[in-house]
Amino acid sequence: MAKPKISSDWMGGCAGCHMSFLDMDERIIKLVELADLRSTPITDLKVPDESGVDVGILEGSVMNTANEEVVHRMRERCKILVALGDCAVFGGVPAMRNFFTIEETLRRGYVETESTDENGKVPDDPELCKQTRVRAVHEVVPVELHVPGCPPDPDVIFYVLSELAQGRMPELKGDKINWH
Amino acid sequence: MVAQKITIEPVTRIEGHAKVTVHLKPDGKVEHAYLHVNEFRGFEKFCEGRMVFEMPYITPRICGICPVSHHLASAKAGDDLLSCPPPKPAVMLRDLMHMGQIIQSHGMHFFELAGPDLLLGFDADPAIRNVVGLIQAAPDLTVKAVRLRKFGQEIIKTLGGRKVHPDFAVPGGVNKALTVSERDEILSLIDENIATTQVGIKIMKDWAAEHIEDINKFAVLESGYLGLVTPNNGLELSDGIIRLKDSQGQELERFEGRNYLDYIAEHVEPWSYLKFPYYKKFGFPGGVYRVGPLGRLNNADIIETPMAAEEMKYWKSLNNGKPVGNTLYYHLARMIEALFALERVRILCEDPDILSTDIINTRQYNKGEGVGVIEAPRGTLFHHYWANANGQLERVNLIVSTGHNNWAMSTAVDSVAKTYIDGPVTEGMLNRVEAAIRAHDPCLSCSTHAVGQMPIEIEVLDVEGKLVNTVKRGL
Ligand code: SF4
Repeated sequence: MAKPKISSDWMGGCAGCHMSFLDMDERIIKLVELADLRSTPITDLKVPDESGVDVGILEGSVMNTANEEVVHRMRERCKILVALGDCAVFGGVPAMRNFFTIEETLRRGYVETESTDENGKVPDDPELCKQTRVRAVHEVVPVELHVPGCPPDPDVIFYVLSELAQGRMPELKGDKINWH
Repeated sequence: MVAQKITIEPVTRIEGHAKVTVHLKPDGKVEHAYLHVNEFRGFEKFCEGRMVFEMPYITPRICGICPVSHHLASAKAGDDLLSCPPPKPAVMLRDLMHMGQIIQSHGMHFFELAGPDLLLGFDADPAIRNVVGLIQAAPDLTVKAVRLRKFGQEIIKTLGGRKVHPDFAVPGGVNKALTVSERDEILSLIDENIATTQVGIKIMKDWAAEHIEDINKFAVLESGYLGLVTPNNGLELSDGIIRLKDSQGQELERFEGRNYLDYIAEHVEPWSYLKFPYYKKFGFPGGVYRVGPLGRLNNADIIETPMAAEEMKYWKSLNNGKPVGNTLYYHLARMIEALFALERVRILCEDPDILSTDIINTRQYNKGEGVGVIEAPRGTLFHHYWANANGQLERVNLIVSTGHNNWAMSTAVDSVAKTYIDGPVTEGMLNRVEAAIRAHDPCLSCSTHAVGQMPIEIEVLDVEGKLVNTVKRGL
């Protein structure tokens, strides 16, 4: 049987969940034996296979139009969607932005900050994405598995992925959600 | 053929979200290439109203790759704002944690992110040009590299309870002392990791000897250099004075971190969410400078630990004592710094004060404003807070490491695109454009704190800017 394919991507987060994934250290070699790691931010494939992957993992909240594209593409191309970490599960620290308007947040960043020079202006090139309200992944598309933690512990990530790679749905309870 | 635009998106094996657009002229030659950093989060706004002591826990969520830098810069801004300088053992313990982060971050970058280009080649199949390919091509080395990163992460965990987003520094000091057995465990692993770092240095030197043409052709930039130095102008990563040099190596300024606003300003371009810091006196873009490993080795005159000191002599010989402008040498500089960090870990752990429990200064006086500066793995990081009498923040300003290199990365992308893209565009050429960015090890999560994340894309545009073609890779 072909090894199950796993893809991951990141959105509005800090990359910490992917770092925690790397913190499984030597076990990553074991994981590579169990599963076929396709596109991830640390490999060179850019997007999940068009033909689909078995497991899609998303880190980060959905906070702009570029994130929306990522979230929909992953949903369309994966069978099991995993929201990894507090940002993806709840919105996390970036969701603090929802206490302010997008305009005032951008104005602070590009006009008012003390180090910004007098020509500061909110970037508006059409190549750039547009900011939106900050949302958890499940507010945008259905999610099969939520793995909370900021970031989730590497042991938990390894458990979740090795279970999924062996065709089982991991059960997160007890120690496994007892994060700090 | 009409003029075209090529898009590389996302840029992979870097930390964060970005895309590159290459605008071609009708003859197929490159007109200009842009690096768009495509993420904005807004920490500078949404931290308003938070308490100063919460900041060492909120700001690390800017970046999970260098959370320790934000954690410590934030605590240092708190020390300044509350006028409570930490006692010496706390300063040492913070430094120890910071060295752990330099080791993990540099180790990971060299072997796991940039390594595939160096060890497998720029033109290797994208499906294997990654850490998995490395596991297959060089399993022993990969295991050593994994252990190097792990060593750094374990130091962080020993002190702060967890590897990512530790809980350790507070304004005035730290919340945990180091035990004898913890110290001994750290000491016992230093030699093995020094050996791995030396392998890295050798790989880079051999690679450089074989690819000297690439090195001399690949994004060689003139810029100033900025970073912390010791009183003797030695390499410094935790506490020191800021020095700024010009492209020829002449010192332009020396200043205290807290006075940064007198020297540095940030420029905004409409096509990127990442701002462009520059030296105020020279304006933008005349006053651009680089930071991070290459910037720091150019900026310092010496390194004050014995093994890294030798490597520093080699570094200074590369361009007859003048700053080394070749972007690909970032990788060598990174390994030399990792060696320095490992030696510092030993020096710190061999000092009996590291075991002291005098780790916090609780006498506080709120002066309402504070600045914290540190050399994050990718360069100088500034946190600046203004608080009311209750210690609640009214304003926050951040200048993050990767931002300082924004001009250099953008220029490197443009220069590499012009050098390598000619005629039909191949995957390997596109990868070189990405490598120009990756050499700076941008942490776009970080730089876009305020501003957001970065993987890449190449698009082909005609003269009117209409999209003709998107080169998608690795499907
Ligand atoms: S959950 Fe935490 S570690 Fe993960 S991306 Fe969000 S802030 Fe970073």
